[in-house]
Amino acid sequence: MSEEIRTGVYTCHCGSNIAATVDVKAVAEYAAKLPNVVVSRDYKYMCSDPGQDLIKQDIREHKLNRIVVASCSPHLHEHTFRTALAKGGLNEFFFQMVNIREQDSWVHADKPAATAKAIDLIRAAVCRVALQKPLTKGSIPIHPSVLVVGGGIAGIHAALTLANAGKKVYLVEREPTIGGHMAKFDKTFPTLDCAACILTPKMSSVRAHPNITLWSYSEVTQVDGYVGNFKVTVTRKPRYIMEDLCAGCLECIEACVYKDGKFVDDFNMGLSKRKPIYIPFPQAIPQVPVIDPETCIDFKTGKCKKSCVEACGERHAINLKMKETTEIIDVGTIILSTGFQVFDAHRSPEFGYGIYPNVYTALEIERLVNASGPTSGEVVLRDGKRPKSVAIIHCVGSRDEKTNRWCSRVCCMYSLKLAHLLKEHTDAEIFNFYIDIRTPGKGFEEFYQKLRNEGVHFIRGKVAEVTDWAFDPSEEGKLVIRVEDTLLGFARRIPVDMVVLATGLEPHADAQEVRRRFNLTCSSEGFFLERHPKLAPVSTFTDGVFLAGACQSPKDIPDTVAQAGAAAAEALALIDAGHVEIEPNTAFVLEEDCSGCRTCIPMCPFSAITFSEETKLASINQALCKGCGTCVASCPSGSIVQNLYDDEEIFAEIEGVLSNA
Amino acid sequence: MPQDYSYFPGCSLRGTGVAYDESVRALFALLDLKLHELPDWNCCGATSYMSIDEGSAFVLSARNLSLAGQAKHGDLVTPCSACFLVLKKTQDYVEHYPAIATKVQQGLQAEGLPPLNGVRVRHPLEILYNDVGLDRIKQASVRPWRGAPLACYYGCQLVRPYCDSDEQQTPTHMEEVLKAAGIPTVEYALKTKCCGGSLTGTIPAVGQRLNYIILKEAIRKGAGAIVTVCPLCQYNLDAYQADIRKSTGEAIDIPVLYFSQVLGWAMGADPKALGMQRSIAGKKTIKQWFAASEREEKAHV
Repeated sequence: MSEEIRTGVYTCHCGSNIAATVDVKAVAEYAAKLPNVVVSRDYKYMCSDPGQDLIKQDIREHKLNRIVVASCSPHLHEHTFRTALAKGGLNEFFFQMVNIREQDSWVHADKPAATAKAIDLIRAAVCRVALQKPLTKGSIPIHPSVLVVGGGIAGIHAALTLANAGKKVYLVEREPTIGGHMAKFDKTFPTLDCAACILTPKMSSVRAHPNITLWSYSEVTQVDGYVGNFKVTVTRKPRYIMEDLCAGCLECIEACVYKDGKFVDDFNMGLSKRKPIYIPFPQAIPQVPVIDPETCIDFKTGKCKKSCVEACGERHAINLKMKETTEIIDVGTIILSTGFQVFDAHRSPEFGYGIYPNVYTALEIERLVNASGPTSGEVVLRDGKRPKSVAIIHCVGSRDEKTNRWCSRVCCMYSLKLAHLLKEHTDAEIFNFYIDIRTPGKGFEEFYQKLRNEGVHFIRGKVAEVTDWAFDPSEEGKLVIRVEDTLLGFARRIPVDMVVLATGLEPHADAQEVRRRFNLTCSSEGFFLERHPKLAPVSTFTDGVFLAGACQSPKDIPDTVAQAGAAAAEALALIDAGHVEIEPNTAFVLEEDCSGCRTCIPMCPFSAITFSEETKLASINQALCKGCGTCVASCPSGSIVQNLYDDEEIFAEIEGVLSNA
Repeated sequence: MPQDYSYFPGCSLRGTGVAYDESVRALFALLDLKLHELPDWNCCGATSYMSIDEGSAFVLSARNLSLAGQAKHGDLVTPCSACFLVLKKTQDYVEHYPAIATKVQQGLQAEGLPPLNGVRVRHPLEILYNDVGLDRIKQASVRPWRGAPLACYYGCQLVRPYCDSDEQQTPTHMEEVLKAAGIPTVEYALKTKCCGGSLTGTIPAVGQRLNYIILKEAIRKGAGAIVTVCPLCQYNLDAYQADIRKSTGEAIDIPVLYFSQVLGWAMGADPKALGMQRSIAGKKTIKQWFAASEREEKAHV
């Protein structure tokens, strides 16, 4: 039993990423003197082939049976080094990784202190690895169905790609229709093709596809399970019209007792009114109206003559007693494409939104220039007059220390597009106020050039404020833009009729809730975090959950569609592999020690622990255990043990990190 | 039970801003708020001092804060925006910059004063809004307003950067408080723009142009008077109107009052007790208000 422990320690330079802040030579020399250490080396890139070969070679030549690599985060290369161990003929769990990059060199500036920290961490790993045991990975089959959350262009594209590959897809959308923000746009940059013309055929395909189950007006409320075997609860809000019975004739809307719309129409950004029974826009999918109980007379007073029900007649598609329902589905992979929300311009009061009626957001202008919008494409101010001059203010809620610091990436281009459309519709004089113009996409710079040739003005300067403070007769009744023109070098006052705020993109208000539900992480600004910014841009830290579109970061339609395709491909790769390997870090009960007190059972978030009435002992289902360790900590008799994290390993690690000689 | 506050008037309220001191005291008395003037207070360390010798300015300012901590009359009230800003800035910098904290500590020790204890520095407007509340202001306001609506002007130092409960760019507490007292206000986009500050003394042409912009826009919006929270704003806007009339040829003559004067008036105080006779501009307008109210009050009796 008492085999001699022979440990190899490898300290990585990571180019200068680690070596610039940690004295790697000193670390390697120190590690060489630690108990059980037979070989200690430092190397430029341990993750490279020669680096891995070093480990394999040393296992053979020095009969190593434990390996410690001090380099980057295990998220990046634990798998790489475990594979190297296996190829060298060692069980891959005789390995411990020390993160001296993300948790040391990247976050410290003081070289001696960072070096001391690296030494402490390596000493802990050397103590721990000696006690580690050989383990084997399990393998579980992958359910071939996919859940796509969010029915904007990202979700639509991902769902269609997967469905076309023959996979069963559930597409869940919380609004009454799919289409997302793109459905609200008029034209798309830089080609100026009509958004509806390219989007609505894809929306119809979703509806018609035999492999896609579309649940609109629904939300994912619970996610259980793990990669390959997720159990997802979808809550379907009552729309009071039964999708399977409705023919989409819309006669019920016509028949509503309200002759005209009376309530804020969200799809038109509040620029028009809708009835209590409505369809968001003519090409909505599903082509099924929805009743808003907040505004419907029957829901509020119970005293409506229900002319909608009458109009529906024999179809009986309207059911005012409809209740919320839930669906529980099994899927193997999940694609999140929940999109973004537009920055609330009220948060930057200096631009006058909500104070002066003729200050609009860009999305409102999208509806205003749209032929199917509230004014049928007629661009008019709130008083019905056509604007003769328009200011477009860039970076509202972007690149701003006071609100959102990131660049929203799409605003420069959509501002140029709106400038073009507004000029086309009104022949007004258009001023763009910008900090920098960012046009790095295909055909973008050419579009910018085209706009300049069209005579649109570009003034470089961050706008100080929009005000109605008039200083001379030319400013009376106008909105005055106060700005420092940084190219001319002086402050200017430019009176205009209409102001358009190029509002930025930000995470949804409930992104944190969604993040928790799907067990994701977020970047500092609150967008969902990808597994690796370059090499795993659609994966997440939760296996089997992928990202597509603006929920990951602001992006335009071409990038969103590309990412949606990539997410679908990643899901397909998992499904077609048929099974997935799982970590052996599960917990198990030491039957001889278990007193049957049942403390652990309610603690388990995965309901993996059961109590046997026969043996009076607890037992843990290895397929359901996710290795969180909660039961281990809760067991009063210490009779639950977790692979990779048993007490003696953890105590050895603590002792190692604290025994600073 | 009256609510107690420490009171730091600052130099302006002993000079150009006497009316502010008189009206704040009168107003607080009407609302049963007790002001305990800080014994032996000194210069707050404001703008000019701060620009020349920052270190000493912090020590001076801290002395007042330390005295307030010792006095134990509760929060420290200061009506002057410059005093408010400097006292807040001193607390902020002492908390965040160890070098300044050390210098201040040495200064206080030399004087035998206790270290800073985080006494809360407050402006009377914010006290009216949060401690007194709009309901009580409404109840206390007995004299109906017969004049034109007013333009509420905040200036810069009260709202930036240390703005406790209002909006920095578009504050509304003054409007809300006046409205509760039954006094109408106009929408006034320039409410936090520069009054000219000390430029009226150093580069008068620039300073007076800034005064002019603020006055002209208030008149354009139909305001009967401008209401301020700061003695420097009040002085700048009030004192140079004759010069501005001369340089622009425009008939600019509008009263510039403190919010405490207007509120005190609404709550029935004697205009003299509020220092309203001390205004320079718009005397005629103010007299008309008095006359109208007097007639009304006599008719009631």
